[in-house]
Amino acid sequence: MSIYTEEQAKAILEKAIKASKADQCTATLNGQVGGNIRYALNSVSTSGRISDCDLAVEVAFGKRIGTATINSFDDASIEAVVRRAEELARLAPENPEFVPAIEKQAYKPSTTFVEKTAAITPEYRAGVAAACIEPCRKDKLVAAGFFTDNRAFSAIANSKGNFGYQQTTAMDFTCTVRTDDGRGSGWVARNLADVSGFDARSEIQTAIRKAKGSADAKALEPGKYTVIMEPHASAGLISFMMFGFDARQADEGRSFLSKKGGGNRVGEKLFDERVTMYADPWDAEAAVLPWDNDGLARERTPIVTKGRIDYLQYSRYWAQKQGKKAIGQPGNLIMVGGDKSTMDLVKGTRKGILVTRTWYIRMVDPQTVLLTGLTRDGTFYIEDGEIKYPIKNFRFNESPAIMLNNIEEIGKPVRVADDESPFVMMIPPLKIRDFTFTSLSDAV
Amino acid sequence: MDRRDFLKVTGVGLGSLLLPAMHGRVIAAEALVSKIDVATKKKFADIALNAAKSSGASYCDVRIGRYLRQFVITREDKVQNVVNTESTGIGIRVIANGTWGFAATSDLRPDAIASAAKEAVAIAKANSKIQAKPVELAPVKGVGEVSWSTPIVKNSMEVPIKDKVDLLLGVNAAAMQAGASFINSILFLVNEQKYFASTDGSYIDQDVHRIWAPMQVTAVDKQTGKFRIRAGLSAPRGMGFEYLDGRKEDKVELPGGAIVYRDSYDMKEDAIAAAKQAKEKLTATSVKPGKYDLMLDPSHLWLTIHESVGHPLELDRVLGYEANYAGTSFATLDKWREKFRYGSDKVTIVADKTQPGSLGAVGYDDEGVKTQKWDLIRDGVLVNYQVIRDQAHILGLKESQGCCYADSWSSVQFQRMANVSLQPGKDKLSPADMIKDIENGIYIVGDGSFSIDQQRYNAQFGGQLFYEIKNGKVTQPLEDVAYQMRTPEFWNSCVQVCDADDYRLGGSFFDGKGQPGQVSAVSHGSSTARFNGANVINTARSLG
Repeated sequence: MSIYTEEQAKAILEKAIKASKADQCTATLNGQVGGNIRYALNSVSTSGRISDCDLAVEVAFGKRIGTATINSFDDASIEAVVRRAEELARLAPENPEFVPAIEKQAYKPSTTFVEKTAAITPEYRAGVAAACIEPCRKDKLVAAGFFTDNRAFSAIANSKGNFGYQQTTAMDFTCTVRTDDGRGSGWVARNLADVSGFDARSEIQTAIRKAKGSADAKALEPGKYTVIMEPHASAGLISFMMFGFDARQADEGRSFLSKKGGGNRVGEKLFDERVTMYADPWDAEAAVLPWDNDGLARERTPIVTKGRIDYLQYSRYWAQKQGKKAIGQPGNLIMVGGDKSTMDLVKGTRKGILVTRTWYIRMVDPQTVLLTGLTRDGTFYIEDGEIKYPIKNFRFNESPAIMLNNIEEIGKPVRVADDESPFVMMIPPLKIRDFTFTSLSDAV
Repeated sequence: MDRRDFLKVTGVGLGSLLLPAMHGRVIAAEALVSKIDVATKKKFADIALNAAKSSGASYCDVRIGRYLRQFVITREDKVQNVVNTESTGIGIRVIANGTWGFAATSDLRPDAIASAAKEAVAIAKANSKIQAKPVELAPVKGVGEVSWSTPIVKNSMEVPIKDKVDLLLGVNAAAMQAGASFINSILFLVNEQKYFASTDGSYIDQDVHRIWAPMQVTAVDKQTGKFRIRAGLSAPRGMGFEYLDGRKEDKVELPGGAIVYRDSYDMKEDAIAAAKQAKEKLTATSVKPGKYDLMLDPSHLWLTIHESVGHPLELDRVLGYEANYAGTSFATLDKWREKFRYGSDKVTIVADKTQPGSLGAVGYDDEGVKTQKWDLIRDGVLVNYQVIRDQAHILGLKESQGCCYADSWSSVQFQRMANVSLQPGKDKLSPADMIKDIENGIYIVGDGSFSIDQQRYNAQFGGQLFYEIKNGKVTQPLEDVAYQMRTPEFWNSCVQVCDADDYRLGGSFFDGKGQPGQVSAVSHGSSTARFNGANVINTARSLG
């Protein structure tokens, strides 16, 4: 059994806390049931079901901390895991950055559970694979994709009387379609909390269209171009930049948000004034748990407002040291936009490049958040508001901090997830001037 | 390592409850040195094999894995976390109706094992309805009951935590004393206790050890607001704690003064050097972009080999099985058939799952195939790929090369990279000799930023230390250096490789691939090599 009800979870956590003889005790119980199907070369390659549940207990004697986890929940196991955590705590050196367990929090529930997503079956997953494979087989195209879904719960409690319980669901779909001669490639991705908004048969058409449309790509000279970036394409750069939003790193002088002479750049206007980003655990499309990994209650948190930096992420220790209030760390990232779709942005562009996906983004210089990466699976030349022809992929060397100053237009945000980002995101398509491509890639 | 996991481990201020979820359940240090006895594992394996066969499987393999990891994470004078994790369970893979099926469970009671085996068969039968072609498995002769262990001198898991903490805090203190503004240092220790059994008649017990001691030393100039990081020059290795002995005979001083390491690492010495070099980087000359001859140290070149040779020669990528995520490969089968010139005649690259001290060394892979060594590129010509049992027939091979690996009992094993290494030059040549003939070059030591496209053509690499070479001499340190390359042109521009005396291993502890993602550890060896006419860019930017 991996999914416990609120009452069952509370009973397990309370037993653990009661069993502890330490100065303080925090316990979490997390369970999930997930399924996935993977296919390539128009055939299913693997599929599986993962079911797991873990009780983690963290105790402290003074400033000495011990942590232990277990995946069985009878009374003897609960007692054993608490004793083991206490034993480790007694052996551990004092942690000079120790902070006491959090006080009782008031968690306002967020809508993270959708029954339909929780009820996804192996047959449904096979249907997704078939819906992608069938049209490709008929059209001399080759599909490779992955569909994964997950039903989970998270429960947290501590010896100061704090308690929270909530269930979550999620699904993620990606599919790459290639022409059978390998000259064209297209990609589609959907990440949703509610599977009823998902239709593989219609989604796959996006990848098919891009695969067919990207064959016979022409080479353009690398250089600075106006680009339209689909939400997935810019999400990779923006979410990478968020790793620089750590308050301690900034205060220590090792972030792009560090200030010359000491301190950080909170309050400074660093981006175009149309750039506004915030976190909101209760967002209708991108809801996340109302607490963070430490159990601190999340709040609606402005991160960037009209280009001004409003927020840095404080650990509880750093907040205490700097005299700041520690708030729950964001679980999502919502960028404010307008009403236009990617294609609306294309229509208003005289000359430019449409980037549909970015790939292998890595930090080149953390001083300026200079990132390098490539375009992939459909890059197109735009002239007079129309997609004229496919172009070869480019490598870029660009800083999102510069990119967000070169905004021409912002479209309507859509929900995206990136496997290299901890956030669920709402990111709009962006029109950006002077985006820096530094070389051509022959990859299709 | 996937970036998100790395940030989880090294991130500042993360809750300690977050970490264990990555790698299994947290256990006491003493539990790291215990084992499940072989007779018990054989009993579990036979339950699964019998249940699978009686449910209609034509083939079954069973992996009983106990995956142990210890992390010791420090910064400056503080221990941020000490975590021991264990993940134990059984993964059962079957072929039924010509189709793969897989199921795994952490419940090692007989009924649960048999039930997982039956579930694997049921999944195989269900998927066979949309299977285009039946699985074709290269034969493997059963080896009976055998065992293999990483040849370690000192089991890392037996070294007391206090000694590890003292080591890292000593390293950190030395760096701070040498002028570092900050240091983060970590020990990652891994022990995979893996038991494999199959209907071919093999019962293979293996005990695999790995160690990695990365660090990052930061220098900050508060007045200018500039900061620079110099990462450690160690390599992750398939060794025990003896890797941290820092023996004198394993130290190599390079032209320009940097010290690099062969088969043991002096972490404190490197931390002191890193502190000084991080400070030097704050004021080093910013590179003038253009064409340069590159001299690449093995501490750097391993990553270029990994990305531009190791990955494109994985047969599953070539065929399209990784098209949706990691990508495909430019090194297609038609190029192989036509004897594609991958590099110059100086370039011979081997795959080797047996190399002592390497991360990829095991006795048998995760489908029971005895490991081996073979050429991928011979004198510049593409001659082979890396395959597993269900791919061997595609190349006309009679047997698998033993490249199958799963990162957990709960993961499906699939094709992963062998150790892939550039062979040393045949003529006597040291880095000091090599430098004498370079008029306008850059010498790069240590790995830095890396990125490559989904077919492995276009790549960009940074480094840790960069030295300008003018008229046969190292003249000054440089900064803001990255080179961009197109794989075949790059390897064809290789004009010299130093001899075997200069050969050293680098490697990746957390190479990511697959959906859901799995990590593997792999080494890459080389001697220093010269590449003519590379395109170097300047990476400095201004945020105003």
